[in-house]
Amino acid sequence: MDQLYTPSTEKCELVSASKGTVKFLLDYSKSLSIVKAEGMVFENNLN
Amino acid sequence: MELLQADDAILIKRYRGGDERALEVLINRYNQRISSFIYSKVFDKEITEDIFQDTFMKVIRTLKLGKYNEEGKFLPWVIRIAHNLVIDHYRKSNRMPRYETSEEYNIFAIMQDGSLNAEHQLIKDQIESDLEGLIAQLPEDQQKVIQMRMYREMSFKEIAESTGVSINTALGRMRYALINLRKLIEENSIVLTN
Repeated sequence: MDQLYTPSTEKCELVSASKGTVKFLLDYSKSLSIVKAEGMVFENNLN
Repeated sequence: MELLQADDAILIKRYRGGDERALEVLINRYNQRISSFIYSKVFDKEITEDIFQDTFMKVIRTLKLGKYNEEGKFLPWVIRIAHNLVIDHYRKSNRMPRYETSEEYNIFAIMQDGSLNAEHQLIKDQIESDLEGLIAQLPEDQQKVIQMRMYREMSFKEIAESTGVSINTALGRMRYALINLRKLIEENSIVLTN
């Protein structure tokens, strides 16, 4: 009888985001300014 | 040292209070777990990195907007955001048209000259992607109006009915959305022309 199963291609691997991505997120956080005025929310990216 | 051992809830409180180091501790604490979760769904390291970045951009915005209220359940909350972004990623990939050429049907035979060439298509895609990123930075009510008006071509009357506000409020939100978008475009020096 034919083998009907296909080999599993699923990989379980531990990965981490790079230091560059982490730095980008920290810079993004520092530059993001949120101001609330009269019920409105204004977002600014202070680059 | 003190921050490294602090609970998630304390770190979130410190971050909301303006301590940016608390965010760094949170990102580093869960970097591997969240990245590996995303990787287990997409099997591509670059896409994993992109989704990880988008996930934490959402986390940062939500925390800064003061909308986070699941104290003590930070990781499941972030995983849920990452999971939704993975679904969005697959939705976007499936939206790409796929054509198979056969003897009776050849896509190249019906392609029109009026369509964009590869370079212009690339630029157009880049502009659309930049615009999506900018819209994502707007407050949620402004995002909704832009999406309903620009992408779903709804009238302001329909938008007002759908969001439960007056037509004037919907118009006002659209106006502020455009003002904010212009500001973002200027601040980031983005060129949105083909």
